[in-house]
Amino acid sequence: MHSSGIPIWFFIGVLLTAYGALVLGYGIYELGTGTMAVQNYHASVWWGATLLLVGLFYLIRFRPSRTS
Amino acid sequence: MLDLFAHSIPAGCSPLAAARSLALGAPSLAHLSPLDIAVIAIYFVMVIWIGFYLKSKANTSEEFFMAGREMTAWIAGLSFVSANLGSLELMGWAGSAYQYGILAAHWYWIGAIPAMLFLGMVMMPFYYVCKTHSVPGYLKLRYGQGSSTVAAVSFAFMTVLMSGVNMFAMAEVMKIVLGWDLNFSIIVSSLAVAAYVALGGLRSAIFNEVLQFVLIWGGALLVPILGLIETGGWGGFKARLAHNIATGAVPAGDYTHMWRSMGHFADNPMGIHWTGIVFGLGFAISFGYWTTDFLVVQRVLAANSLRSARLAPVIGSFFKMAVPFIVILPGLLGLVVLTNADGSLMHLVGENVVAANPGAGLHSYNEVLPLMMVRYLGPGLLGLGITALIAGFMSGMAGNVSAFTAIFTYDIYQPHIVKHARDEHYVLVGRIVTIVGVVISIGAAYMVMNAAGIMDYVQALFSFFISPLLGVVLLGMFWKRATKAGGFWGLLIGTLTSIGLWAWVYFYPPALRYVALSPDAKGMAENMYRALWSVSTAVGVNVIVSLFTKPKPLSELTSVVYGVTPLPTEEPVPLYKNEWFWTAIAIVIFFALNIYFW
Repeated sequence: MHSSGIPIWFFIGVLLTAYGALVLGYGIYELGTGTMAVQNYHASVWWGATLLLVGLFYLIRFRPSRTS
Repeated sequence: MLDLFAHSIPAGCSPLAAARSLALGAPSLAHLSPLDIAVIAIYFVMVIWIGFYLKSKANTSEEFFMAGREMTAWIAGLSFVSANLGSLELMGWAGSAYQYGILAAHWYWIGAIPAMLFLGMVMMPFYYVCKTHSVPGYLKLRYGQGSSTVAAVSFAFMTVLMSGVNMFAMAEVMKIVLGWDLNFSIIVSSLAVAAYVALGGLRSAIFNEVLQFVLIWGGALLVPILGLIETGGWGGFKARLAHNIATGAVPAGDYTHMWRSMGHFADNPMGIHWTGIVFGLGFAISFGYWTTDFLVVQRVLAANSLRSARLAPVIGSFFKMAVPFIVILPGLLGLVVLTNADGSLMHLVGENVVAANPGAGLHSYNEVLPLMMVRYLGPGLLGLGITALIAGFMSGMAGNVSAFTAIFTYDIYQPHIVKHARDEHYVLVGRIVTIVGVVISIGAAYMVMNAAGIMDYVQALFSFFISPLLGVVLLGMFWKRATKAGGFWGLLIGTLTSIGLWAWVYFYPPALRYVALSPDAKGMAENMYRALWSVSTAVGVNVIVSLFTKPKPLSELTSVVYGVTPLPTEEPVPLYKNEWFWTAIAIVIFFALNIYFW
């Protein structure tokens, strides 16, 4: 796919980075306000951070200037 | 794709029943926050962006219909497995797991893995080397135009109908889970699908399937993780389940073993026998679907080399083996963690019970996955989970529409309507047919909306063609003596056998004991044995007719039949890139899983 311009992995990176930032941001806000439901185990924080890190990895690793 | 395996799901737990049962529940299950809405909106922006971006890469027919045959093994593999990861299947099988336990995982393991590996290692070279654009295209090369046209017309008809069913099901699930208007869901989803498939063709559909795959794992993986944390791991879950069974809170049964109760039809709640699972599901149904259904095979045909095409189903098999973690496990966990507002254990019921008690606040088995999402996912994460479901629905539609477009253009329009036109003409036809396919799908969605019972018949119709097709393709691929007449009559009589057996049991239910070979068999066993009978008939008729008719000369069978097809020699690669190595690993894991959960 690299021969055809922007690879799918870059799009995935964009999406996961956006989602990770939103979810992590909300998780941090939630920590501050103490409104987290008991069974969530602060998932917004660590799952959001995971999505963000994976997204950033794909975003950087497969950025168009690098893959082209 | 919600279609093929659904015909093997018990009536109360089919994916389509999931949509219907969700429609019976009164208030919406979840309420989205602005953050959730933003997550969903970002997804729609992304798919439209991909469609517009890929428009410039879909100028020739090879690019539009076959994604330029440029897909890497990973992309083709993820798309291959994602085409079968529809949202209704996820919800339906999670519901089956809640009702029947881990038996439901058979459809992900023995019902998929052997067939996927067989496709990659044995069949793919023939599909790939003959450079066919479709499965009916292969039939044309091997058996001539007659068999090809029969397969193409039936596939095109069923595919576009399934797209409509998928569209309607999505609208209904969104209405109940989120309270969205049916028309709104249908219009928005169909516009998005029409835009990105018409613009970018198969490449766009594949990109979105890979995107959907990532979203499903990103959105749904958290549910079993949090469930296991809450129950104290697999051991803790089993202890809580045993306690619930001992106190009568959960119906008695073996929820955590797959094979122990398969010795007799009466020993398990599904009413199935190991022979049906191994030969019916593991061979007739799953090989038929994974190796001859063009919707999934099209993804692998788009691979950039023979090695990638062989490796793609192998890569897909690893993820397929992992899917029960996000589907079956949440269903099982629902047995011990779902509670009512007063803290008592929630009891999910069949859809008939929900329908008979409107306003009682009951939930059906098929609602277990949305209920688990609502339980564990907070703002943002819930939006991600819902986006995963929407993505599953939309890529299911896109998969059907892109397969329909290719089949119609290559196997119906080109051989029968306009035989010799410029390449641009066929690309234009492809774009128009994409739009037409979506419009027909919308019509089918509204037709189903007004007569929900049609959905079950659509499911059954699809199953009629797949198993006989397997018999004809396999024999054509591995037996030089199979003839044009043998293929045609094998396909026709195999299909009629399937329809006949279905009608026999439909109009005379006691006939099930003869079809499934046991008075204790239940509906699911019928599907398995019906598939087995139809594939056997297709093979038998093909052999007999072929022996009495003139075969094609060997020179015409080059590149389509085993033994007369020179396979290209591939460059040696390190072990970790070798498809046979990964196939061996997949086989070991497959057996290990079945033994662990024996």
